[in-house]
Amino acid sequence: MTLINKAAVLLLVLATAACTNPDRFGSGNGVNGGAGSEFGANAGLAGSASDPTSPAFFNQTIGDRVLFAVDTSTITQEGKVILDGQAQWLLANRDYRSVIEGHADEQGTREYNLALGFRRANAVREYLVSRGVPSASLEVTSFGKERPIEICSSESCYAQNRRAVTVLSFSAITS
Amino acid sequence: MKRLVTCLVALMLAGPVLAQSGPLRLTITDGVIEPITFAAPSFEAETPEAAQVAAELSRLVVQDLAGTGLFREVPASAFISQISSFAQPVAFSDWRAINAQALVVGAVNVQGDRISVKFRVYDVFSGQELGTGLQFAGTTVGWRRMGHKVADAVYSRITGEGGYFDSRVVFVSESGPKDNRQKRVAIMDFDGANLQFLTDSSTIVLAPRFSPSGDRVLYTSFESGFPRINLLNVASVGRQQLQTALGEMAFSPRFSRDGRQVIYSLSNGGNTDIYRTDLSSGQHIRLTSAPSIETAPSLSPDGSQIVFESDRSGTQQLYVMSANGGEARRISFGEGRYGSPVWSPRGDLVAFTKQNAGRFHIGVMRIDGSEERLLTSSFLDEGPTWAPNGRVIMFTRETQGAGGTSSVYSVDVSGRNLKAVPIQGGASDPSWGPLQP
Repeated sequence: MTLINKAAVLLLVLATAACTNPDRFGSGNGVNGGAGSEFGANAGLAGSASDPTSPAFFNQTIGDRVLFAVDTSTITQEGKVILDGQAQWLLANRDYRSVIEGHADEQGTREYNLALGFRRANAVREYLVSRGVPSASLEVTSFGKERPIEICSSESCYAQNRRAVTVLSFSAITS
Repeated sequence: MKRLVTCLVALMLAGPVLAQSGPLRLTITDGVIEPITFAAPSFEAETPEAAQVAAELSRLVVQDLAGTGLFREVPASAFISQISSFAQPVAFSDWRAINAQALVVGAVNVQGDRISVKFRVYDVFSGQELGTGLQFAGTTVGWRRMGHKVADAVYSRITGEGGYFDSRVVFVSESGPKDNRQKRVAIMDFDGANLQFLTDSSTIVLAPRFSPSGDRVLYTSFESGFPRINLLNVASVGRQQLQTALGEMAFSPRFSRDGRQVIYSLSNGGNTDIYRTDLSSGQHIRLTSAPSIETAPSLSPDGSQIVFESDRSGTQQLYVMSANGGEARRISFGEGRYGSPVWSPRGDLVAFTKQNAGRFHIGVMRIDGSEERLLTSSFLDEGPTWAPNGRVIMFTRETQGAGGTSSVYSVDVSGRNLKAVPIQGGASDPSWGPLQP
């Protein structure tokens, strides 16, 4: 998959524009919109939630995410049930690859939250691998506290934001 | 901006400089509470074209100096005598009478797109000039830089320390809601003026860091979906991905003092450690290898040591190790968690983010961890960066709740003079560059 380009591609972007315009990049409404959408929220390959082979089933019926307690990356009992379901689905639908995105709530510094989100994503990867999912089909990343899904500043929102989301993509179309 | 050429010319004085006895001097300590009073009459316009810029430039000098909290302006309405000509002798008694301790006199010459500014600083009560007159020349588009240079010179002559007004800051410009925030690397003057974007908003960018000479910027980008470090040339806005050691994520970069090496965090298999990469040889060295999170490294000014954060004790704390890695000693022992340490350019202090009892603070401590002092307190303060003279710190302050936004604030290392830097839109992750040549 070209988006997940592990080769260290050298990107050289030269921008030119008038010095008087502070914005040398136009309005900046790029096609990617907000980041985090590089892999989307699985919406692109949804299908029907009643079809057990569909990503929609994975996302909604099994659950695409697990939640974590404050400053931990331990998979909860509830999380294990969801991940068991994810593993089963991934083993039955081997055309899919996954990127596991780790996230943190806003209570923490930027760098630490990136590392913490990474720990969470990796904990999910390790669990899925322990259930037989090939590790080569799983990648991990972290958005730290950059992409909350709930925006209030209290525990009810924080609890939803401390998450690791398994985002599916077709591997059939990748090289 | 690139085209601005500034040169420094000592004015030939009409006559020898008098020996000074007990010159005006403000020693910056934590105890300074009485600002030095100064008058800065509008600079003389030597050419008709210079009238407007002369007025604006002298206001900028006043704004810079008064903005430090160390100087207080005596307003023009109090003046007894006027300065109609740069060359005329100063009637010191008139300035003593209104209790102006320092007097800044200047003149501006504009011809076409060329501008030159000359100025003198007087110690009013001793009736003597502080230092010698200076002249700066450049193009009119760079007039603000010349105002900052005058203010830096005045600041330096009265405090005996380097200034910080003619400096720039890279930061992240923010817009949009909290759950879909658009972030762009941007650059501005230290006072928020002349904002320019260096990246577009197509992907998340984090924590830009200036090179020591201010020509390049390192930042973390999510372009590939995975945090990676980019190296950006400020003048050309050309950028390329830094070739780090192999890892699933790379972030939290900083330059070494000579600008030839980069220290950063690299993550593999759930673990985050600190690495160093030599930009010319491409050689990578792993500096920590603990199962805990090691991140936010910052080198000492002499390049011999690194301060960083680690949760090896169970919570985030600050540690110091050799720049080549090895044994680290913990330096933070207070209550709460400590992160994002930054070594002061003077070498004497480490600034940090502290999280305790639901509040965030910016603080400083000595390198051995002693004399911890918290400078701020809010719902979320983080990411300190030092002014080039090590006397002022900028940081990110984020407000609470669904409508929470980020702003850049500055505070003196004494904890005084806390204020928002006036920037259009949201702003975070400032990195204060060097004093410009």
